[in-house]
Amino acid sequence: MPSSAHMQSARVASETGILAVRDLRILFPTRDGRDTVKAIDGMDFEVRAGETFGIIGESGSGKTTLGRALVSLLPPSHGQILHDGTDPASLGSGAFRNHRRDYQIIFQDPNAALNPRMTIIDSVMEPMEVMGEGDPASRRRRGIEVLERVGLAAEAADRYPHQLSGGQKQRVNIARVLTLRPKVIVCDEVVAALDVSIRGDVLNLFADLQREFGLTYVFITHDISVVSHISDRIAVTYLGKLMELGPAEDVVERPLHPYTRALLSAEPVPLPTHLRVDRRIILEGEIPSPVAPPSGCRFRTRCPSVQPRCAEEVPVWRDVKPGHRVACHFATADGPPADNQKAPSA
Amino acid sequence: MTGAIDIPVAHAAPRIEASQPPLLEVRDLSLSFAAGRGALPITRKVSFSIAPGERVGLVGESGCGKTVTGLSLLRLLPAQSARIQGDILFNGTNLATLSPRQMRAVRGREIAMIFQEPMSALDPVFTVGDQISEAYRIHFPVSRAEGRARSIDALREVGIPAPERRCDEYPHQLSGGMRQRVMIAMALICKPKLLVADEPTTALDVTVQAQITDLLRSLSERTGTALIFITHDLGVVAETCTRMITMYAGEVVEDAPVDDVLMRPRHPYTSGLLRSRPGLSQRRGVLASIPGRVPSPSAMPPGCRFRARCPHAMAGCEQDQPMIGVEASRTVRCWRAPDLELQGAVT
Repeated sequence: MPSSAHMQSARVASETGILAVRDLRILFPTRDGRDTVKAIDGMDFEVRAGETFGIIGESGSGKTTLGRALVSLLPPSHGQILHDGTDPASLGSGAFRNHRRDYQIIFQDPNAALNPRMTIIDSVMEPMEVMGEGDPASRRRRGIEVLERVGLAAEAADRYPHQLSGGQKQRVNIARVLTLRPKVIVCDEVVAALDVSIRGDVLNLFADLQREFGLTYVFITHDISVVSHISDRIAVTYLGKLMELGPAEDVVERPLHPYTRALLSAEPVPLPTHLRVDRRIILEGEIPSPVAPPSGCRFRTRCPSVQPRCAEEVPVWRDVKPGHRVACHFATADGPPADNQKAPSA
Repeated sequence: MTGAIDIPVAHAAPRIEASQPPLLEVRDLSLSFAAGRGALPITRKVSFSIAPGERVGLVGESGCGKTVTGLSLLRLLPAQSARIQGDILFNGTNLATLSPRQMRAVRGREIAMIFQEPMSALDPVFTVGDQISEAYRIHFPVSRAEGRARSIDALREVGIPAPERRCDEYPHQLSGGMRQRVMIAMALICKPKLLVADEPTTALDVTVQAQITDLLRSLSERTGTALIFITHDLGVVAETCTRMITMYAGEVVEDAPVDDVLMRPRHPYTSGLLRSRPGLSQRRGVLASIPGRVPSPSAMPPGCRFRARCPHAMAGCEQDQPMIGVEASRTVRCWRAPDLELQGAVT
């Protein structure tokens, strides 16, 4: 529904952040057409210019759908996504084309994103060709320049994707979007396919490029250690909704939602036995189907702190602390509610 | 409903007594694949042993030889192209010399294996009960009814709710975590002495991964089944295993109790793997990485294979590197190890 937020959006553009998501819903029909998959079922948040906004969630939480919607690859079923105060859906096709160069996305699988029959430099120049930028010579110059910036030698330019390693291919994908000088890059599981030994390199590159070009990142991942390392703020998704959103350090060190707490405790840490301190919460079961999500709070079927109220009322997406929002009836600024089975730890 | 358990999850490593005969002893296992007229060496003189009930993590980057080592223990590699040299002594029997028929009696009965992608390991046209029962009835002459009853027990054992009903379902009706539980039920139904698990949690979400690693650990503790856990995730090893073997470019480079190697790795490659992982509380700093990539099997350098990527390489590293003992129950393939102070998971 268009709300008052919609009417004001143009005016308050600079204050609403470079990306503003308003009551976003994205629905898909199931294959037999009888049901609806609620991939995103009501999300509200903003991404600030220049920050790294991390989104974590398990598979089926809607994070990939969200990433695609943020760069206009999927239209919202309800609600809006504003780019710097502008609704891209309101733009004519020419203006839209020009606009979307500012909002780019990099995908998980570095192989699938590159055409195996095109040389690296051809792949890197392609976005500029599509945008009709410069002439072939200047495009090539810019392409080489950007390849060098992401740490690939000019010799790589005339190679084919199969001649490069996974990490190098992901650098090529980064180079491709950089050629357009975007403002926002949505990174969907960009290091998931890389070996841990080279993940660090690619994450360091992202950080360097952000400083150099003032980029805004939306970093989508299921890997908590990656998201907590790179993000300024972190949003936690579960079954099409946000559960928690706050400064990265707070979300990781002092989570307020029972789901975030469980998710963090499930992360395997390479620590020797005597240094393990935190209690591990094993969630039972798996994420329910987005066709028929549970009533009330969606996490209630797996929540260790569930109460009768959780089945009846959808928790309000509310500020529990300044800048720290959570969707849980019982979370307070001091933390998530206690487990039903265990007394709160001293 | 949710259960909460207290960490420490990986219990302190029971030191393996030297007198205890190993369950599995791999000696100088070299594997090569036929390539044109010659052979492409994949692993070189891999040696390690596993005590009964021990849980060992086998780690390394992709392409370092973990998976083929696991497959070669069960002789699951294609006989036409894969050449195996060396010994695989299992309870005193050399599996490397068994006939295919003898090997079939070992597979599933004595040593079982589970894989990363349970959907491709399960047959989509049979119920899970039929598939688990088949795994049992191949080795034990029991009736269908008995096989079914045992399948239901096995499903219950791995924590599948309503096993009587699930038993008659097809793989597509189960979630990823449930399918991996079915694989575990199938692997353990004959009570094997060793389970080889190849990245069994990599395709799963972190909350489900925690359930599965917990299950594997508790089953191993309860039944005394030894476990070889192949993974790239050192965190999973820390929480599941008692010992860790690091492989690099087809060789074992370090073999040590988990707690010791996490605190103080003795091989620069293990240290690099531990440092490359972003920590939960370490934010915004520059992350460590290991420069370069694993050398290709057709262009393996002489001497230390990690040399070109190693920050501690010096003259002498081009010499052949034997595994050397550095402490009790620890070995490492680095002649510099006695002099190096390497960073572990804790700074």
